[in-house]
Amino acid sequence: MTQQILFYAFAAVLVASALAVITVKNSVHAALCLVLTFFTAASIWILAEAEFLGLALIVVYVGAVMVLFLFVVMMLDIKEEAVREGFIRFLPVGVVVAVVMLAEMLSLIGVRALQAVPLPENPALAAGSNTSWLGKALFTQFLLPFEVAALILTVALIAAVTLTLRKRGGVRSQKPGQQVLVQRDERLRVVKMASEAPSTGESP
Amino acid sequence: MISLAHFIVLGTILFCISVAGIFINRKNVIVLLMAIELMLLAVNMNFVAFSRYLGDPSGQVFVFFILTVAAAESAIGLAILVVLFRNRSTINVAEIDSMKG
Repeated sequence: MTQQILFYAFAAVLVASALAVITVKNSVHAALCLVLTFFTAASIWILAEAEFLGLALIVVYVGAVMVLFLFVVMMLDIKEEAVREGFIRFLPVGVVVAVVMLAEMLSLIGVRALQAVPLPENPALAAGSNTSWLGKALFTQFLLPFEVAALILTVALIAAVTLTLRKRGGVRSQKPGQQVLVQRDERLRVVKMASEAPSTGESP
Repeated sequence: MISLAHFIVLGTILFCISVAGIFINRKNVIVLLMAIELMLLAVNMNFVAFSRYLGDPSGQVFVFFILTVAAAESAIGLAILVVLFRNRSTINVAEIDSMKG
């Protein structure tokens, strides 16, 4: 019973904050509402006894991705009036499409048919905890996809850096690559000449 | 008790909200990216619920991979956005039409 009350409370917060994300004027406020949305979703997942994913959502999304979003929103100088125009014009279309989609999906789900099916006993309890249950599957059955995911993250990291890197003109900076590659002949010239007697120091 | 239907209906509502968000925020790329993140969250909600319902860890492993790919996607998307803003000084989707698509 407590679980059900908590679920409805979290669901209400989730829907309200998701609506706020798409309707507020200020992009910074939208990003902060998205933080609340992710946090509430993580709470709901923990309520469903998926503890590892709930915590991963908080660490990855609230901790990393949303900070990146906020950083970009604050860095760019966005004119609010310009991005808000057309909001009223597209509002009816958006609402109609969303409501029709919702009605269709809910009728497909058949809410009444599934209402009576409660979640079964948590299978992760046999393995000790949710994390070890998930870890066993991840590092045996899904080992190759796991490595590919690591590769994808590396590619994304390099891509993000190379996209935003820019060369500035008129800046004096060291080029370590060229410094390392320098040859002796470029710096030093050995001159052949006849030997001379050392000067005695007597001035004429 | 919480049933499977609770989670599916919640995911459906979240998905429809994000679709509406894509429709009504046609000018602001940042909010469009946020709506895409919401959409992925709605799908993840279904994955978690069904994984729990069927007692199969594959669903939760999939959520893990979706989180990975979504993080990579938003990092590259925001990098493209920064470069775009540097070159064009706007994030208005309607003005970015140099490819005449």
